[in-house]
Amino acid sequence: MDYSILVGGEAGQGMDTFAHILERTLKRLGFYVFKHNDYMSRVRGGHNFMQVRFSNVPIYTYSSKVDIVFALNDETVELHKSKLKDEGIIVCDNDIGKDEDVLHLPLIDISKEVKDRRVYTTAGLGAILKYFGLPVDRAESVLRDEFKESAAESNIKALKKGYEVIESKYNLEPSKDENIIINGNQAVGLGAIAAGCKFYCGYPMTPSSGVLEYISSKSREMEIMVDQVEDEVAALNMALGASYAGVRAMTGSSGGGFALMVEALSLAGIIETPVVVINVQRPGPATGFPTRTEQADLRFMIHAGHGEFPRMIIALRDPEDAFYQTARAFNLAEKYQIPVLLMSDQHLADYTRTMKPFDFSKINIERHISGAEAVTDEEYKRYKYTGNGISPRLIPGKVPGQVVLVDSDEHDERGNITESAETRINMVNKRLKKFEALKEEVEEPWLIGTEEPENLIVCWGSTYGAVREAVERLNGEGVSVGALVYGDIWPLPTKRLLEMNKYAKKIIDIEQNATGQLDSLIREEALIKCSHKVLKYDGRPFSGDEIYERLKGVIDNE
Amino acid sequence: MSKHEFKLYEPAWCPGCGNFGIRTALKQALEELGLKPHEVVISSGIGQAAKMPHYIKVNGFNGLHGRALPPAIGIKMSNKDLKVIVESGDGDSYGEGGNHFIHTIRRNIDIAHFVHDNQIYGLTKGQGSPTTAMGQKTTLQFDGVKVEQLNPLALAMTMGAGFVARGFSGDIPHLVEIMKEAINYKGYALVDILQPCVVWNKVNTFAWYKKRVYHLPEDYDYTNKEEAFKKAMEFGDRIPTGIIYKVDKETYDDKFDFIKNGKPLVDRELNPMDAEKLLEEFV
Repeated sequence: MDYSILVGGEAGQGMDTFAHILERTLKRLGFYVFKHNDYMSRVRGGHNFMQVRFSNVPIYTYSSKVDIVFALNDETVELHKSKLKDEGIIVCDNDIGKDEDVLHLPLIDISKEVKDRRVYTTAGLGAILKYFGLPVDRAESVLRDEFKESAAESNIKALKKGYEVIESKYNLEPSKDENIIINGNQAVGLGAIAAGCKFYCGYPMTPSSGVLEYISSKSREMEIMVDQVEDEVAALNMALGASYAGVRAMTGSSGGGFALMVEALSLAGIIETPVVVINVQRPGPATGFPTRTEQADLRFMIHAGHGEFPRMIIALRDPEDAFYQTARAFNLAEKYQIPVLLMSDQHLADYTRTMKPFDFSKINIERHISGAEAVTDEEYKRYKYTGNGISPRLIPGKVPGQVVLVDSDEHDERGNITESAETRINMVNKRLKKFEALKEEVEEPWLIGTEEPENLIVCWGSTYGAVREAVERLNGEGVSVGALVYGDIWPLPTKRLLEMNKYAKKIIDIEQNATGQLDSLIREEALIKCSHKVLKYDGRPFSGDEIYERLKGVIDNE
Repeated sequence: MSKHEFKLYEPAWCPGCGNFGIRTALKQALEELGLKPHEVVISSGIGQAAKMPHYIKVNGFNGLHGRALPPAIGIKMSNKDLKVIVESGDGDSYGEGGNHFIHTIRRNIDIAHFVHDNQIYGLTKGQGSPTTAMGQKTTLQFDGVKVEQLNPLALAMTMGAGFVARGFSGDIPHLVEIMKEAINYKGYALVDILQPCVVWNKVNTFAWYKKRVYHLPEDYDYTNKEEAFKKAMEFGDRIPTGIIYKVDKETYDDKFDFIKNGKPLVDRELNPMDAEKLLEEFV
């Protein structure tokens, strides 16, 4: 079973609440749920829609075709009727879609009976549950959790009345709910908190604000300093100050804000101060599509910052991966004393998906901080030469008599400004040596599908869900296809790719950008050229169906 | 007494530079306050003034041009036990870092901000700075500066700063007293320190300042905002030095109970299991 419900209307019509209640209800009924938002950069008006997909088997993306369009205005009927499956229906209030082939329901009338105009979407929810033959009790408990008493009561009345105005088409079986439901931004925030992040600062920017907002909402309870800064320039400089002082620090933004952090990223490189930065990408250039998705900042993030210095970049593949990788990023940043950059995007930031609860006991905190024992000279040397380029890191104030000096100028081992050619060479080599060690540390991409495939897909980050569903569907049809899904992407791990290159007849690059940035990176790092590209840059995320169709086109075409 | 502890290192400043006097005063102020080098952090940007953490033994974060304040905030919020001082010039603090200047004042973090104000760009060789007087000829503005001179003290007061002072690098005993007050002040303390640039500023010389600066009188009431604003605006034939405005204000740090009443954040035990309860929201 695999069903999808689309709700659409103007911003401000209550779709958010409806979709949230619906996804929670379906989750509590024991289904796997995936909710995808498509919203415009405006507070009121325009056209927004959300799709809630559910199944009794795990699902990883949204579906292009839907079973129900719940239209809150005429425009929704017009815009989305083409997405209906053959047996799909449009449901709406009596006043909407007058000359269309829709199922009219007395939703506004119900809300008038209940004396609360806001609850008409809840009447719709009752109708939808009935349509699928599902009980209302779980929806009732969700409504009680989400609303204050009087609002909950009127919503429940509307829910029950809505339940009576439609016939069941299906008779679905609920099961036991053992999952959590979370979006990418929240998972990043939770991962950071679990890792002991004590300082997060940022400037609001869609679609990254969710990380800032989530951590802020927990800041008092978890005793985390969260600061809304004057600009992103301040953000990374401030996070670096916090990290220098010894706390785990993080900042984040979207592409434009990350662009403002670039000088400070270079600073992180030369002062060798650990920091975690997330870029929740949206389509650029410049302001681009503020509320939509793209993966076009990969090359930018690899090269951001003047000068040459090591960094690590991890692309987050889904909310579960986001949780564990964000926590891991703090360990790597402190181990190598480098900036670790996380890449998400609007799609991953905003979709919610059910998954098994995160296992906090799997999170290890490894600080790599030294104490007095590391002071082997009369004066502590912050940049002492060592075999692997990593110098013992002291925290200011923690070793009496010793001070910690970090410097954005080229510096000597103590941290003092220098213009010595010899020291310059030694320091450049010291910093770059860390990158060599990092190359041994990176994790190979996940492999999904056929193990030695004729058709090898390469992709990264948030396309994971859609690619996975497409690959599984093709495998089910007997097609030899597998995908390498990169998480650690800089330095680029190449072992598994080089191995699979031996079997692959076609290598297909799937990315949400216009130029195929992973393809060019693979050419550079592995000397392998992708034979085909499946690219998308309209600001809308790939669905599994779309990748399936486009892959078929590539694979079938000899 | 820890007199020998604030070891000095050989500076690369020009002979006769006002920075020497500021360093002497800083060392004396730190010693007289009974601080130790590991208890103090200097955050600085880029410029001749910003080299200070290299020339005196304290913890140092010598960051980017214009960006001395944000790291100082990060440091103070992470370890409230450190004495955090920002040392940077007029270009760094008022030009490149102007936005941070404004918003740091608004936050009222417990840091002392010492601006070495020589009214010119020194390290980049003599261009006009935000505090260069209108009309003054410089290496870049060859026919005179055409933009208004920034008044840092008046600006700070309008943004709500609780401690605003001016010092002079040629009057070390006075400067020491101002610095000690600023470091001990609970909140953001701005000290604009007049300083001759012996190479690039031929107008605002040692003699020029010497002739104009005067100490605010003993009976001056630095809590009177109206009077203080008049003094902040006074910059010409007569230039007042001393604490121009000082009032008690709640600091940003103290607005967070877990920072005010708890251990410094840097000393907190980290345990991932503490965060497990947050999953409940997603169940």
